[in-house]
Amino acid sequence: MPETCVAKSDDLKDGDRVIVRIGRDEVGVFRHNGSLRAYSNYCLHAGGPACEGLIIAKVEERILPDKTSDGLYFSKDENHFVCPWHGYEYDLKTGECVGNRKLKLRSYEVIERGGDIIVVS
Amino acid sequence: MDLISDRGNRITVEELNTSNLLKHAREQADRFGLDDILVVDVDSHHYEMEHLDEVLPFVENDVLKQLLMSNRAKGRGSLLPSETSFQDMGGRITRYPLRHSEKTGPGKHRDVQLGNRWMDALGVDYACLFPTQMLHVGLTTQPDLENNLCWAYNRWLTEKILPETDDRFFSMLCLPFNDPDASLRHVETFGGRKGVKGFCVTAIRTLPVHHNSYMKVYRAIEERGLALSFHSGTNSAEPLFKSLNRFATVHALGFPMYNILHMANWVTNALGERFPKLPVIWIEAGLAWIPFLMQRLDHEYMLRTSEYPGLRKPPSDYMRDMYYSSQPMEVTDMIQLESTFRMINAETQLLYASDYPHWDFDVPSSVLNLPFLSERAKHNILGGNAARLFDLKPRTAAQKKNLELHS
Repeated sequence: MPETCVAKSDDLKDGDRVIVRIGRDEVGVFRHNGSLRAYSNYCLHAGGPACEGLIIAKVEERILPDKTSDGLYFSKDENHFVCPWHGYEYDLKTGECVGNRKLKLRSYEVIERGGDIIVVS
Repeated sequence: MDLISDRGNRITVEELNTSNLLKHAREQADRFGLDDILVVDVDSHHYEMEHLDEVLPFVENDVLKQLLMSNRAKGRGSLLPSETSFQDMGGRITRYPLRHSEKTGPGKHRDVQLGNRWMDALGVDYACLFPTQMLHVGLTTQPDLENNLCWAYNRWLTEKILPETDDRFFSMLCLPFNDPDASLRHVETFGGRKGVKGFCVTAIRTLPVHHNSYMKVYRAIEERGLALSFHSGTNSAEPLFKSLNRFATVHALGFPMYNILHMANWVTNALGERFPKLPVIWIEAGLAWIPFLMQRLDHEYMLRTSEYPGLRKPPSDYMRDMYYSSQPMEVTDMIQLESTFRMINAETQLLYASDYPHWDFDVPSSVLNLPFLSERAKHNILGGNAARLFDLKPRTAAQKKNLELHS
């Protein structure tokens, strides 16, 4: 499997991301909450740069036992990255489109070795 | 540049550069060979309120000019009724919060430079330029204010902006529709200016478009060989919508609702019979509302024909005579969409629109990727129909050849 060094470990701090060209794909590599993830940068909707936009927690609505709404909250454990063209949101842990989880960005294995961050394609 | 994320966290992103933001659109354009296909965008926008210092000096009435410029100088208040609007989805659509960070060079007006960037990225040859906040001008309770703002904007656009665009931008100018006499004066004054291809009723209003006072306006537009468009929009203050608690719902319902209202009055009162040579274009309401209204009006017409004395054919036939902009194209059910295309005679009546830079813009591939369209239909929808409607010439020999091949 081809390996591509996309960054030095020290250059990609937690919360950072880098966009790289790997073969015919463009890939967004994230370090978030200690984990490395890599996804295709082509949004499944219209082809926008899916990995280049805002990173933001999932918005949730809390429904109480009596079925009333307690309002809107940011999730404490699910984060999204958002395509800046139209707002398609993707789960940072899985690359799934959160509006329809059957849709999923192509994901890549990311390894950290010898001070390098490497995407396996 | 920083974007505000959840809980006040900030996310660092590059400053906005439209060409970079849309580089994937440019890749699509290259892949589809769009430079060899004439592409006309019948609905694009700029943010005219960013240039009020240039626009307001064109206000005619001295008292209103003083009011507006004084208000502007002190940086308070707003010129038009505004609504709670989250077009940028909390910064998720990054070009909104970052717009001011984009750099332009000396020379042409900033809006022209920005416009050319997105047009070149999308593969658009010509674009019809509409304002943004002025689309709400019909909500003002002051007809003289509406008249003066439309006048000032239309002068500024036709005298300062369009002349700098090398004819790649054109416009259908906003009418001060609360005042039919003023609307007629706008048509008479601006109808012959370069780059003016028609006039626009900003559709966020509930006036009866069939009222006798408007007939002289439609006649004047028709006599000049120009088009009339209805550009829809959102209005969370609309009484019917006061229970809607999300901008998404206001947006989903508002755009089609205003066009449905005006289309129903237009067709029912036989304006298509009275102005048979007037091209009428329905803009930015998507497409899903059209089959609904066709079926609904046809049903009523067959049962209550006496209430449609001016019609010589079913309402849907008049609707098929009119034009529709393609954006935002609802693509979640291809069978339904294909049926819609058949019902509106899309091959000759549908006009590609991007709506760029607004949040729900469509790229040209939204048309090119449709599996049920013929090559001929794709070429016509992307540009051929609009080229014939607005008398626009292909910009290259390859475009001319393609246009002749598929027309």
